[in-house]
Amino acid sequence: MSMLNVGRPSRPEASGDAGFHSLTGGRGLLQDEALIFERDGWDKTGVDLPEAELGAEDLGELVRTAPIGLPGLSEPEALRHYVRLSQKNHAIDLAIYPLGSCTMKHNPRLNEKMARLPGFADIHPLQPQSTVQGALELMDTLAHWLKTLTGMPAVALSPKAGAHGELCGLLAIRAAHEARGDARKRVLVPTSAHGTNPATAAFVGYAVEEIAQTADGRVDVADLAAKLGPDVAAIMVTNPNTCGLFERDIVEIARLAHAAGAYFYCDGANFNAIVGKVRPADLGVDAMHINLHKTFSTPHGGGGPGAGPVVLSAELARFAPTPWVLHGPQGLSLAEHATGEAGASFGRLCAFHGQMGMYVRALSYMMSHGADGLRQVAEDAVLNANYVKARLGGVMSAPFDGPCMHEALFDDEWLDGTGVTTLDFAKAMIDEGFHPMTMYFPLVVHGAMLIEPTETEPKAELDRFCDALLALAAAAKAGEVDRFKAAPHLAPLRRLDETLAARKPRLRWRPQEAPALAAAE
Amino acid sequence: MRYLPLTPDDRARMLGVIGAASVDALFADVPASARLAAPVDLPAHLGELEVERALSAMARKNRVAGEGPFFCGAGAYRHHVPASVDHIIQRSEFLTSYTPYQPEIAQGTLQYLYEFQTQVAALTGMEVANASMYDGSTAAAEAVMMAHRVTRRPRAVLSGGLHPHYAEAIATLAHVAGVTVVRQDAAVDAEADVVSAIDGETACVVVQTPNVFGTATDVTAIAEAAHAAGALLIVVTTEAVSLGLLKSPGEMGADIVAAEGASIGNGLNFGGPYVGLFATREKFIRQAPGRLTGETLDADGRRGFVLTLSTREQHIRREKATSNICTNSGLCALAFTIHLSLLGETGLRRLAALNHAKVRRLASALGEVRGVQVLTRRFFNEIAVRLPAPATEVVETLAARDIIAGVPFSRLAPAAGLDDVLLLAATETTADGDIEALTAALKGVLA
Repeated sequence: MSMLNVGRPSRPEASGDAGFHSLTGGRGLLQDEALIFERDGWDKTGVDLPEAELGAEDLGELVRTAPIGLPGLSEPEALRHYVRLSQKNHAIDLAIYPLGSCTMKHNPRLNEKMARLPGFADIHPLQPQSTVQGALELMDTLAHWLKTLTGMPAVALSPKAGAHGELCGLLAIRAAHEARGDARKRVLVPTSAHGTNPATAAFVGYAVEEIAQTADGRVDVADLAAKLGPDVAAIMVTNPNTCGLFERDIVEIARLAHAAGAYFYCDGANFNAIVGKVRPADLGVDAMHINLHKTFSTPHGGGGPGAGPVVLSAELARFAPTPWVLHGPQGLSLAEHATGEAGASFGRLCAFHGQMGMYVRALSYMMSHGADGLRQVAEDAVLNANYVKARLGGVMSAPFDGPCMHEALFDDEWLDGTGVTTLDFAKAMIDEGFHPMTMYFPLVVHGAMLIEPTETEPKAELDRFCDALLALAAAAKAGEVDRFKAAPHLAPLRRLDETLAARKPRLRWRPQEAPALAAAE
Repeated sequence: MRYLPLTPDDRARMLGVIGAASVDALFADVPASARLAAPVDLPAHLGELEVERALSAMARKNRVAGEGPFFCGAGAYRHHVPASVDHIIQRSEFLTSYTPYQPEIAQGTLQYLYEFQTQVAALTGMEVANASMYDGSTAAAEAVMMAHRVTRRPRAVLSGGLHPHYAEAIATLAHVAGVTVVRQDAAVDAEADVVSAIDGETACVVVQTPNVFGTATDVTAIAEAAHAAGALLIVVTTEAVSLGLLKSPGEMGADIVAAEGASIGNGLNFGGPYVGLFATREKFIRQAPGRLTGETLDADGRRGFVLTLSTREQHIRREKATSNICTNSGLCALAFTIHLSLLGETGLRRLAALNHAKVRRLASALGEVRGVQVLTRRFFNEIAVRLPAPATEVVETLAARDIIAGVPFSRLAPAAGLDDVLLLAATETTADGDIEALTAALKGVLA
């Protein structure tokens, strides 16, 4: 048996008796869990409710008569079902979650407690505004923090996620051009951009054109200058970019865009690298979304809810979506309609006022850190990423030299000749107890592996992580191909067949399907 | 700083490994002109106690819905959520996990999303549902975009009973997609009027039931008229609990259902986060927005779940994606599916019946207040009433007496000329005493 230097077996077959199977198909505490639809007793309920005193005879034919098809669980059964399911998930609270471009940092529980105060959680978006002055104050305070941290004069709070924020920013840009009668056709996006950037630009009706990248992983300014023209509405640049690098020429990039009459939309997904250290306004940004679920620690929740407020320049501010908070003699109020002083607004992105629950969490996080702590966040995030880069850089090849910002990018050149791919390597990380890094993104780097540790990882965890990756790298170079090709061996499930899932989509349980546990036999 | 584990000694040793003189040296690529020499002008860090004090002070300035008579609805409904729901969604493995891109270590999330999709499909009477949207209004806007892709037609007809915020969210996207929106005048009960507006260019009609005035409608005839003209019927529901009592949109011929699911499992939260439900016919699924979870097998032949049909999505298709959506509303979808699993069919039907009975009581009590006219005839848990005075003034007056009387329709649509219309909802959380307090106060104000 070989051991990692953290004392755990590095060979999966060494961690138990090879070929051992339990009699029930379970793996110790890790149980197969049937779907809620595969149980008996569908007419149970885990909620005690009285019978209604009045019927629904007034609704006549509108009343549903056919069965709906919903099983019910008692409370103990529900708890077991969901707790068992939860144990099949990786989570930040278990170990480093090094997904590049995702900023998986610690989620403080104070934020959860604050968001659950009845004064925030149990108020209605359309109560009289005189009865929600504290909620408007919270929104106004959050706006103040976001504006101060970015140096921007305005913020639209309502976008519900980062991509929704991009949509908001581009809609404001389109409205600004339209207001001048200047119908522009193109948006320029670097090849390394997140997929949401071109998707958003196309959604808003623009043709998308790519800007080339230089050999050092940055926007090719000459290519940008050549492609700019009077029909370019905006450039969308992520900074720091998705290679984890700061765009050194960012001020010049902004100047060129502005000279062509285009706006500079900054994808703020990587704001964690510079929060408190650099204000996007000082770089020439016109609009930028901020993922509250990245930089400001609101939980990712298995894929949402997020929140993506967009800071805006003075020129774009009047085109922002409603609602926004106004200060008046009667206190705070909301501009909810595109009339009066909000007359230039491009309209409404969604019902109500955005992700209030996320606003509370983000403000709780910001106040906890303060101006000093947020600056330390960026410094430690960058330090942690550079430490990982330095520790792994001797073995894993990095496409770009020099310090990185908050994430360290590697390619797959170092795996040449091993028969192991980036995907295999990532899946083998699961056997060692780690969530893989972001793979095959950015697209500009072959077999990319993008590692973002964030500032909330202690040095010991970074060392544990780097030691494991170095051990895996040694195994790959030693020709242990099976370890990688068949990985993961020790996860709740082995590698899943995504092609099968897409070829014959089964997107829901249907009554005629055989129960899962029988299918596993 | 309690959330930052590195010690000064750690930092020094790490810089040594990196070979950098200082952390600032790592920021060398930032133009000197843009580097801040000192922290920005915001307060310094605070302990938990201080943050809790400051935020609690803000929270205390709000009138909590549960602390007195309360009748607001209009797209957001106050329901009781079992304690176990909030407990489960705060499990670390659910709360602090990411989108399930590594399915081998995300089966917990993927299985509940598969169960969620099945529940939503059953509830709406549709064949398939996605893994959730941001909220009901963005689901509705995406539904219109999808109808435009499916039919390649440029026109959407919105009924006058559609929630004005939903109509505006649709109009925002339609504007840039080149889709013309025909919005019918606000009307309490005029869903059938959409039929006359359908033409050969119409991609879809959007009808809400129960509508923003509370009116429940059988949309079967509208579906037939839309289909005869080659258009799709999009049914919007802002109160998911109504599906426990009313015929499902699928039964009535809907092609796409866009609904707000926050009523199940989620709190009011001042309007968000909520959870959009999106369901459609199987044949349209490759044109659908958002994430989808599907069943598959692992290398040992065991059943598992993965995100699938992702060739529709932005991270694969970039500018050719069906939508720019990246996240869903995962944790809110989890709250929804837990609450619905607890309710089951038995509990949901009983809950829906309770809501309906409660608003029947409210309607008859209001009908006895002089000058108040109940406008909604067939309702689920919300009604519109006409007052003999501007609704905003009445609501403000009653708020000063600690009664939150509902939502003036003019708050949603100031130009509709319905300043005297008030929307009131009642749910299982409404006490009979709340109804008595409201009617007594109204009698006093309107006398």
